[in-house]
Amino acid sequence: MSAPSHFRFVSADRRVREDRRFVAGKGRFVADVDIANTKHVALVTCPHPAAWIKNIDKKAALAMPGVHYVLDGHELAEATSPLVTGLDTPNVPRRPLAVDVARFSGEWVAAVVADTRALAEDAAEAIDITYHPLPFVLDAEKALEKDSPLVHAEHGSNVLLDKTFVWGEVEKDFNDSPRKLSLRVKWGRSSTVPIETFGVVASWDPWREMLDVWASIQMPRYPEQIAGALKIPASSVRLHHDVDVGGSYGIKRGIKHAVLTGYLTRRLGFPVRLIEDRLENMRGGDAHGPERLFDVEVAFDNSGIVRSMKMRALENVGAYAGRSPFQLGKPIGSIVGPYKIKSVEYRAIAVLTNKTTQEAVRGFGQGPTNLALERMMDEVANTLKLDPLEVRRRNLIRHDEFPYTIPSGTEYDSGNYEAVITKVFAGHGYDDLKKERDRLRKDGMLAGIGIAACLEPSGGNATFEALINPKVTTSTFMDSCRISVDGTGAITATMHTTSSGQGHETLVATVIGEVLQIDPDTIRVTRPDSLSSLPSGTPVGSRMAIMLGGAAFHAANKLKDKLIKIAAHDLGIPAERAVYKDGAVFDKDAPDNRRTWKELATIADRNIHRMPPGLEPGLAVSHIMPVPTGGTLPTPDGRAQMYPCFSFEFHLMLVKIDPDLGVPEIVRYRLGHDCGTQINPKIVRGMTLGGIAHGIGAALYEEFAYNDEGQLIAQTFMDYLLPSSHEVPPVEIVDHETPSPHTVFGQKGSGESGYLGAPAAIANAVNDALRPLGISVNTLPLKASRLGDMIAAARDKD
Amino acid sequence: MRIELTVNGEKRAVDVEPRTTLLDCLRDNLGLTGAHAGCEHGVCGACTVLLDGTAVRSCLMFAVQADGIPITTIEGLAPGPGELSPLQDAFCETHGMQCGYCTPAMILTAHALLADNPEPTREQIVEAISGNLCRCTGYAQIVEAISLAAERMRGANRPAGQS
Repeated sequence: MSAPSHFRFVSADRRVREDRRFVAGKGRFVADVDIANTKHVALVTCPHPAAWIKNIDKKAALAMPGVHYVLDGHELAEATSPLVTGLDTPNVPRRPLAVDVARFSGEWVAAVVADTRALAEDAAEAIDITYHPLPFVLDAEKALEKDSPLVHAEHGSNVLLDKTFVWGEVEKDFNDSPRKLSLRVKWGRSSTVPIETFGVVASWDPWREMLDVWASIQMPRYPEQIAGALKIPASSVRLHHDVDVGGSYGIKRGIKHAVLTGYLTRRLGFPVRLIEDRLENMRGGDAHGPERLFDVEVAFDNSGIVRSMKMRALENVGAYAGRSPFQLGKPIGSIVGPYKIKSVEYRAIAVLTNKTTQEAVRGFGQGPTNLALERMMDEVANTLKLDPLEVRRRNLIRHDEFPYTIPSGTEYDSGNYEAVITKVFAGHGYDDLKKERDRLRKDGMLAGIGIAACLEPSGGNATFEALINPKVTTSTFMDSCRISVDGTGAITATMHTTSSGQGHETLVATVIGEVLQIDPDTIRVTRPDSLSSLPSGTPVGSRMAIMLGGAAFHAANKLKDKLIKIAAHDLGIPAERAVYKDGAVFDKDAPDNRRTWKELATIADRNIHRMPPGLEPGLAVSHIMPVPTGGTLPTPDGRAQMYPCFSFEFHLMLVKIDPDLGVPEIVRYRLGHDCGTQINPKIVRGMTLGGIAHGIGAALYEEFAYNDEGQLIAQTFMDYLLPSSHEVPPVEIVDHETPSPHTVFGQKGSGESGYLGAPAAIANAVNDALRPLGISVNTLPLKASRLGDMIAAARDKD
Repeated sequence: MRIELTVNGEKRAVDVEPRTTLLDCLRDNLGLTGAHAGCEHGVCGACTVLLDGTAVRSCLMFAVQADGIPITTIEGLAPGPGELSPLQDAFCETHGMQCGYCTPAMILTAHALLADNPEPTREQIVEAISGNLCRCTGYAQIVEAISLAAERMRGANRPAGQS
């Protein structure tokens, strides 16, 4: 924690209440949900990257012991609507099970229901499917070519989205600039890969007409999407929010899983569960993340001031439209990063290929965009033989320029980037780091310094959807909190979504405790099911500190106001004289004349004769909060106020590479981090360090690699490499606090921090290390095998 | 097959198929759901339990192989209902987790480490937990938790009056 806080509980070094159940093994994850008579689903998946499904022979499987049903795509498609994609592409339907044509290796073709998961897996192997393999395409650029195989023939092309935005006088700025350069940067296909796979339990009660759903989910509007696909009223789907989610970081959008199990439980009359195994998760769980190719052109002057940028982002979305195309839209809200770039041309292209479908990944496309921006800044510096830090400093938005509106129309709330950078170097000078690098180089190592200065847009609005698809008219994304106090004075607050490790129960209790000046540990926080809930946009877009924290704050203030009114009436004094302190209310002119918390609770709950006339009895208040600065749709020329708050992170690292091995090793890592007021510093620190580890994975190790036959070859944890404790170096975090003017405590988002800048900093460090060899690399992940080969080739040339 | 497992000091008879993994048996037959399936191929470590004090992956062995060997699961670490062991408490103190999915296994691995080595260095802690993947934390607060627990447990064993 940084500056001494004027809060009592907010920003204090307090424990996270959720932790107690997890350390005891008493979390309740979806696989722990035990509903009587539940049957199990296993999936049959397509072994080809593209194939016509000629015949599905279920006979042998259905004859096996314990097997209840085999479902194919035709039956499911007849009974359900396609999944919502948000795009205006009716000829690219997305369904849980393939119908006639399967479009990626691992796509679900049939589902088996049996008494146990093991029996269902046995039966899945006995289903005999005749395929006719079809031509396929894996590469995004090839998929754009005229003669490419079509992933969805009816769509007529592989292009899902191709949209160009021009903000400002790009051509003029390019013409007026003395210097230009271009570069190509590739973000490899990786994802968040939680340790818990996706799972769902669905149970239909035909007498109540109710579909109960327990799921490992992090997804807005999940119940209504399930209901829509199953063609039942949304009030017939009850999602249980009291399921702990074993990690998500954006990805857990198991809509096809829920529609499949929802249909099965309605069809079969007993509860059904589908808990993915690792292979199902990696191949067909629709859990991949961005695979993005950037072509960047930049115009700048001789002092390194960047004037304009043209960015073309080509996203390989895979076989169906998940959230991937929209992940090209969100970065528009911080398309220039922390820099004063006057004009931008941005072309966003989403192309279909025969790879696994993508869903949302931490940062929603911002991580890849930051990589492109930060590689660009380094290349500008490199071209001019200027220091990369100095070039950044010349381009950064200054503290006195906030609020600052970027060319794409979003206003940045606040920031003090220079102060963060200065703090990062306080005590450990830049020159010292350079000396250390040069010493390593003298010792025969390759060594490089990496810098990345990045923003974390936070507060999760959905305006990018309308930018990408003008038929979408969503202009906000709410969150809510309800507080009730019973006649004994016990406080219960609610939140209305699942969590996947963000400590939201702690957030709600801390905020309410702060406002009511009551120990947060005495405040119960519960999660009503979706039918008993107030609106929640769910924990996406780094929004909950801002949105749920904001809703809890406003609800608590409503409660406080009511308590003051009740007390003033009961004390017989004007409300202006009533002072609230530590849960009690007293007369400021006669402090002994007071009502305690318990007395006020009793009056509100039981003594309506003592209530102010006209005031609603009981102590139950709620607040529904829209996203600050939201409420408008994009302009026709493609400008939008996207997210309300912008956190800043400045990554600085020293990387060494043994030239004989090619393995990059991070030897120093310091992060300057400014997310405004930190409500719980332990949580912020954890998210930040975890984000860095995730970023290290994306930069160096993790890739959903495919072979030429269209097979995913990284489908276990032996091939898809998550960083272990050995791969994550100690990281020193330097906090700075620039409060946001748009939030109740000045807080900004921190759920994506670390991840949004670590890959860019690593790429820059590795390039600095390789520079003496005259080579550069702009493709993530920077795998040791690839680097080793490049280094060996470069040394052979010398 | 009928086997007898000794789990958290209690003898439990169960009927399992020969192919039932120890993980599935603990979760499905014995209701001990603190052990979690992550990869089911022995890499992530989320299913870790202690067999005779040694941290092992319960997804990689059959339940029948554990017949007669003392098993400790996360449910066996808490001294009483609502009470935490020093190690569990240290994980809460440093917030050595987020989603909690890898946490029981991480704590059991750390428990085995501290039983062998009450004063581990940072490197030894990093090495000990390197077979347990955590996707949330980046490991720093986990390492701090184990270090803190070791320190507190050593302190607890000192005679009164010494620091």
